[in-house]
Amino acid sequence: MNIIVCIKQVPETTDVKINPETNTLIREGVKSIINPFDMYALEEGVRLKEKFGGKVAVLTMGPPQAEAALREAISLGADEGILVCDRAFAGSDTWATSYTLAGAVRKIGAFDLIVCGKQASDGDTAQVGPGISAHLDIPQVTYVKKIESIEPASEGKGWLMRVERMMEEGFEIIETPLPALLTVVKEINEPRLPSLRGMMKAKTAKIAVWGQNDLKLDENSIGLCGSPTQVIKIFTPPPRTGGRRLQGEIPEVVGTLVELLKNDLA
Amino acid sequence: MDYLLTDEHKMVRELARKIADEKIRPVAAKYDQTEEYPWEIMKVIAEAGLFGLFVPEEYGGISPTVLGLCLATEELSRACGGIAVCYAASALGTIPIVLFGSEEQKKKYLPDLAAGNRVAAFAVTEPEAGSDASAIKTTAKKEGDHYLLNGVKHFITNGGDAETYVVIAMTDKKKGARGASAFIVEKGWPGFEFGKKEEKMGIRASSTRELVFTDCRVPAENLLAREGMGFIVTMKTFDQSRPGVAAQALGIAQGALDVAVKYAKERHQFGKPISAFQGLQWMLADMATQIEAARALVYACAREIDAGAKDVAKDSAMAKMYASDVAMKVATDAVQILGGYGYMRDYPAEKYMRDAKITQIYEGTNQIQRNIIALQLIKETAK
Ligand SMILES: Cc1cc2nc3c(=O)[nH]c(=O)nc-3n(C[C@H](O)[C@H](O)[C@H](O)COP(=O)(O)OP(=O)(O)OC[C@H]3O[C@@H](n4cnc5c(N)ncnc54)[C@H](O)[C@@H]3O)c2cc1C
Repeated sequence: MNIIVCIKQVPETTDVKINPETNTLIREGVKSIINPFDMYALEEGVRLKEKFGGKVAVLTMGPPQAEAALREAISLGADEGILVCDRAFAGSDTWATSYTLAGAVRKIGAFDLIVCGKQASDGDTAQVGPGISAHLDIPQVTYVKKIESIEPASEGKGWLMRVERMMEEGFEIIETPLPALLTVVKEINEPRLPSLRGMMKAKTAKIAVWGQNDLKLDENSIGLCGSPTQVIKIFTPPPRTGGRRLQGEIPEVVGTLVELLKNDLA
Repeated sequence: MDYLLTDEHKMVRELARKIADEKIRPVAAKYDQTEEYPWEIMKVIAEAGLFGLFVPEEYGGISPTVLGLCLATEELSRACGGIAVCYAASALGTIPIVLFGSEEQKKKYLPDLAAGNRVAAFAVTEPEAGSDASAIKTTAKKEGDHYLLNGVKHFITNGGDAETYVVIAMTDKKKGARGASAFIVEKGWPGFEFGKKEEKMGIRASSTRELVFTDCRVPAENLLAREGMGFIVTMKTFDQSRPGVAAQALGIAQGALDVAVKYAKERHQFGKPISAFQGLQWMLADMATQIEAARALVYACAREIDAGAKDVAKDSAMAKMYASDVAMKVATDAVQILGGYGYMRDYPAEKYMRDAKITQIYEGTNQIQRNIIALQLIKETAK
């Protein structure tokens, strides 16, 4: 089973700070890590490889330093890393990013499965995974919390995968033929720590770097000019003020609540 | 201080630190309380490949060095000295096979130990033979193609949980110390049973049990080295493993200092953080300096062994003795810095103090280390 895991390097902080003048993330002094949700995608990819054989390729688009994220992924069990990196791709929004990554997936060639984290902890859009599947025209299942089974399809051609997809309340069971794209939630597994052998391999692994010359994508669909999204304003929302807790006997509390709803909220 | 570690050694340290911070620290107090064997953590350490650090590559190890073993043990001990010794004691039980095993013995036992599928133990001590190891009474009598083992070992780390044991027994009592031999014994063999599990002051995550041999049949091919080599196997093993105990002490000391510094910055008395008081600042300064001196000694000793130095008994003894004395002092001072809170189980300081104590006792008490150092000094000057 050949698996592609898409990862993103993000600043290590859950408390992302934004420069109010430039509307961009403040990255100075913040360590870079693999997007935490992608760690689950990677772990799931590596587990599938361990079960079914094959290879895990990790794919990322980013600046040259994103190579470190790929090396870390190799230390965690991936077989190879591909960095999509070119000035021509700079300023991509989620549409252009998924278009570009889809181009890289095509260049990788045959694959059975693409796994992504449900969203990146910096942008929080959850759009790139589904976008890749749209550009590749393959099925997608988002918010997967469990892969139930992977079996040969009934006509004897290809594979059929059955997954549980997390919903707000409960879950859905979905079957999809492969190749497909999954985005996964953190309930799916517990990512492993790196191994010494993996770290040593990662140190010397050769990371492929692909630019526009390698991918030959439509010039109007990449980078800033290929990005339809316009950011009007980014701001830090004011912190929510704490609620009020009513305590006591239920009939009493209900009475108080009704009064409050009537008077204070009117 | 920068010890100019190689990239590989930096990786070992980084990985062990990650395991310590993410996996061990959250459960250290739990294991200390329950005295359960930390299998879940041993599995993590195994998957990370750290059991490979004391096995040659041709038998499944990963760039084995004494310094690598020390770095791993130090970092693990920083979070829990008890869990760390479960790991380090497996090294202690594996090293004699690495040093003295035949090709067949190495092929049979080392790959599983390197992978951490099995844990090892090393058994010399008996109720009547502690510091004086030559007083051991366990016997191994040759009968055809096997030996019959009889006797009791006690205070054996990983006892009962380990699968592979290196046991020292007398094959020829008349020859005294030259009549001891080393055997590889497997858990589950008839005649090999476990006595009580000790309840300990510290390193409570580790298991310490009695091994009881009653006509236990050990195939002759499981004799390690030759008959009569038992104490040479023991001494050479300790020479290599003592820096590991020293590293355990170092990690405990560092862990205690980390707790003390953090607390001193947070705790306020007389309107300021207690770290503002010079009396405590000087204590912290001394603690940090002693740890650094111990670290320099331990790493230097490990490097010397890795470089192939022959006679390392004295240096190894110095490293173990000094680092463990520092650990005891630093951990005691850490409790002092936390005041009453330091004495309470809700805070981590007292555990470091309990864990530190053992490093002055096992693998040769610090009195015995001083004997080794002094004896060597006298020998050297006699030349
Ligand atoms: C938790 C734990 C784990 C252990 N794990 C192992 C293990 O895995 N394998 C193993 O084989 N053993 C193990 N041991 C045994 C350990 O190595 C011995 O306890 C140690 O060597 C001391 O022996 P003893 O306890 O019999 O003390 P004793 O030898 O009775 O010593 C008592 C006191 O006398 C002092 N003393 C003795 N002789 C001299 C001397 N010549 N000069 C000055 N002072 C002296 C000692 O320093 C000590 O202070 C373990 C012990 C403990 C407590």
